[in-house]
Amino acid sequence: MSEISQIKKINNMLTSKEISCEELTKSYLAQIDKVNGDLNAYVNVTPDIALASAKKVDEKLAKGEDISLLAGVPMTLKDNISTDGIETTCCSNILKGYKPIYNATVWNILKEQDAVLLGKTNMDEFAMGSSCETSCFGGAKNPHSFDHVAGGSSGGVASAVGGNIAAYGLGSDTGGSIRQPASFCGIVGLKPSYGAVSRFGLIAYASSLDQIGPITTNVEDTAIIYDAISQYDEKDSTSQGKKGCSTCEALKKDIKGMKIGIAREYLEGVRDDVKEAIENAVKVYESLGAEIVYFNLPALKFALPVYYILACAEASSNLGRYDGIRYGYKTPTYENVNDMICKTRSEGFGDEVKRRILLGTYVLSAGYYDAYYKKAQNLRGTIVKAFKNAFDSCDVILAPTVPMTAFKVGHAASDPIETYLTDICTVPVNIAGLPAVSLPCGFNPKGMPIGMQLIGNTFCEGTILNAAWSYENKVRDSVFKSPELGVKL
Amino acid sequence: MKYEMVAGLETHIELGTNTKIFCNCTTAFGGDPNTHCCPICIGLPGTLPKLNKQVVEYAIMAGLATNCEIARVSKMDRKNYCYPDLSKAYQISQYDMPLCEGGYVELSNGRKIRLTRIHIEEDAGKLIHDRGDTYVDYNRGGVPLIEIVSEPDIRSIDEAKEYVEKLQLIMKYIGISDCKMQEGSMRCDVNISVRPQGSQTLGTRTEIKNMNSITYMAKAMEYEFNRQVDVIENGGKVDQETLRYDEVTDTTSSMRGKEDAHDYRYFRDPDLVTINVTDQQIEALKKTLPELPNARYSRYVNDWGIPENDASLLTKYKKVSDFFEAACDGTENPRTAANFIIGQIFRTLENDSAKEEFNVAITAQNLNQLIKLLDSKKIRMNLAKSTLDKMLETGKPVNQLISESDMGGLDDATMLKLCNDAITANPNAVNDYKNGKEKAIKALLGFVMKNSRGKADAVAVERTIKEIIK
Repeated sequence: MSEISQIKKINNMLTSKEISCEELTKSYLAQIDKVNGDLNAYVNVTPDIALASAKKVDEKLAKGEDISLLAGVPMTLKDNISTDGIETTCCSNILKGYKPIYNATVWNILKEQDAVLLGKTNMDEFAMGSSCETSCFGGAKNPHSFDHVAGGSSGGVASAVGGNIAAYGLGSDTGGSIRQPASFCGIVGLKPSYGAVSRFGLIAYASSLDQIGPITTNVEDTAIIYDAISQYDEKDSTSQGKKGCSTCEALKKDIKGMKIGIAREYLEGVRDDVKEAIENAVKVYESLGAEIVYFNLPALKFALPVYYILACAEASSNLGRYDGIRYGYKTPTYENVNDMICKTRSEGFGDEVKRRILLGTYVLSAGYYDAYYKKAQNLRGTIVKAFKNAFDSCDVILAPTVPMTAFKVGHAASDPIETYLTDICTVPVNIAGLPAVSLPCGFNPKGMPIGMQLIGNTFCEGTILNAAWSYENKVRDSVFKSPELGVKL
Repeated sequence: MKYEMVAGLETHIELGTNTKIFCNCTTAFGGDPNTHCCPICIGLPGTLPKLNKQVVEYAIMAGLATNCEIARVSKMDRKNYCYPDLSKAYQISQYDMPLCEGGYVELSNGRKIRLTRIHIEEDAGKLIHDRGDTYVDYNRGGVPLIEIVSEPDIRSIDEAKEYVEKLQLIMKYIGISDCKMQEGSMRCDVNISVRPQGSQTLGTRTEIKNMNSITYMAKAMEYEFNRQVDVIENGGKVDQETLRYDEVTDTTSSMRGKEDAHDYRYFRDPDLVTINVTDQQIEALKKTLPELPNARYSRYVNDWGIPENDASLLTKYKKVSDFFEAACDGTENPRTAANFIIGQIFRTLENDSAKEEFNVAITAQNLNQLIKLLDSKKIRMNLAKSTLDKMLETGKPVNQLISESDMGGLDDATMLKLCNDAITANPNAVNDYKNGKEKAIKALLGFVMKNSRGKADAVAVERTIKEIIK
């Protein structure tokens, strides 16, 4: 049986000298040249850096040295993950030209293992959006149909991985930004438990919700990347690293007797095609010997307002530093320092970012703090408790990732509130700090992928990936279909 | 009508940790602009703060030394405001759960100035204006501060001065800050209001920002007190506003009114975890605290019989006090060491800052040896004094300046002979004394002391001479 894991497959190809790392990298770069015009996945391709890393791997192989599993595997990073000397813009005009002088911890880890960085990928500006279309570079397109968005905010990573112009990528997930584009693009994305992966170097949107995680074409690769990047980092006070054993080891266990919970609220307002795909997935799990438990999770109704209040509040503070004084965009003409800061921010930020900064500033203001921010914090506690109780009766919760399939290009911008509402299934997990993986579970009649998510208790990445892998293993051929695009391994 | 001043102080003190509060950059004062910086303290996107444990320990020590209650659970908050010297557009501080609460500082008049709280926070950078351009230096950004907030318990300028001096002294004693106002490592904001003498209600207060010397603080308070009294006397109302003090014109002027007060939008910093302090940690820190100035003062006065004035001179500088303690060790009367220090040694130190530094040529052990020679009557006071002068001049220890032969008293026969020599050599003085000029005896005494090289017992000599010429 051939390897499903792209990472393992590439590792085999390299160590068996079937292909050199340079050749492999060049074929990825060539495919990027060919399809990125359509996908708009990459906003900054880094061929020199990629080829230099590839050569290093080839030299090691030539000398007969052992290489790590991730060595030479061509990959990408979302453009909000800091890379020393490589432009990192958050796809915002305000950070155009900004080159960090240090590496994010996750990139240090992967670089140490000779990962080949093909480039930085597209995203909604400062990760604020659900379609990738708030990007100052224009949105990334869905590899299954260029008329559809890749999703957001990590749309570029999902588009690149789904379009086979990166073997895997790292995105970030504040309210669904890894899972939603993974779902739209028919691939796998993991939002780890809060604290599992270091945030050091991830340009903050909402610090108490942000997590970096992998986006891959299959569950095993997600486990491999998660195992690699989930390390305690003393530079991030909220970091705890992985708890318990390697996720890869937990992956292929028999899930017979595993209790899979369905919270009825997750299925409310979900489109019929999505609902049907979820029901089919439930049947697959039953056939695998899992026990299905139904329950109510009424606290979920608070999730969206809580998310938008907390995320915007934190964003309003996190984004205060973009004032044109130290780095990034600065308005060309101004009268005094206040004028300079005001113009820089007015010209540098896009509408969605401004909307959230205003909202966040408002909910933290004297006189409104108690009614909004404080209440949202209290409700956050309620949501955390509700999930904790739910996990007394089940091991994982199965839910749709998004109530629908990928939007048509241009649709999201027409109604921001409606777009906010599509985050309904993804945000509760961030509020509660839980891990959740999104994986494909079918296609709608038009051939657009449908995704489901498996939500676990804190630091139970092993359990959800075990459930995800078992499902993938059972239905791979019908559900995990890659478009005819990009590199064929 | 007579008016009373009501004032409370907010005092910022830079902590003397080696590294900044959230990164490993040095806290050293000075340095070329932006050389004591890293991605974290200039707030580059994606960086995260990591709380320096020593900052928490130092702040707890400050709290313990000022009788505060130490919070077992506290947290860090963001104070959001936009200014070019603040690289993240928020200052990480503590809002509603400070590390220390309660507490007081006791003044010499017995009044206790209550402390509301002590919290930890980061300092901001500095703007440098040069030929019409403005530059930012972030070297100071992220230097750890404690802010000590007092209740409005201060009733006069003298109390305010003493309160600041006491805080300064306490912090220096426990070694957490050098409290150099001229270098900005200690700064005060003064909240001040006035009310008719005897009234119990508080008047409208103004806040004078950033006082960086005690002298100017006193001047600013005096100006502001008089200004507020004038406003009220003329039938006006004091506006609640934030003021700056101009040292050159000796006046205060408005920075912003109440309606322009900042809304700092405080909220918990999600990048930092809860600060938990255990009883054991507190106990361990308590043990590291030295005896505090007020306690030392009382011990000097009550147990050692040192006059109050001298005791306060000795405790005013930690180095002096430590020197004094060591010099007294094992001697008969601490007043001997006290007199040497306040007299001869202080004369070699020009000003307050020299006393503060206390760079003297001798060690406390050197002085201790000298006092022990006095105690054992091996030398007399005169010789001790002249020897101390030589010691201070040369830095040499006692045994290199006084030989064995100089030590010990005079035997009675030699003394008697010297007394007779003195009488023979100074007939005029003898006559004067006989004619009732008591003071004339001093010339005879001087002769004996000089010729015995200070070894004679002055009291015995005077008595002997008087007996001979009677």
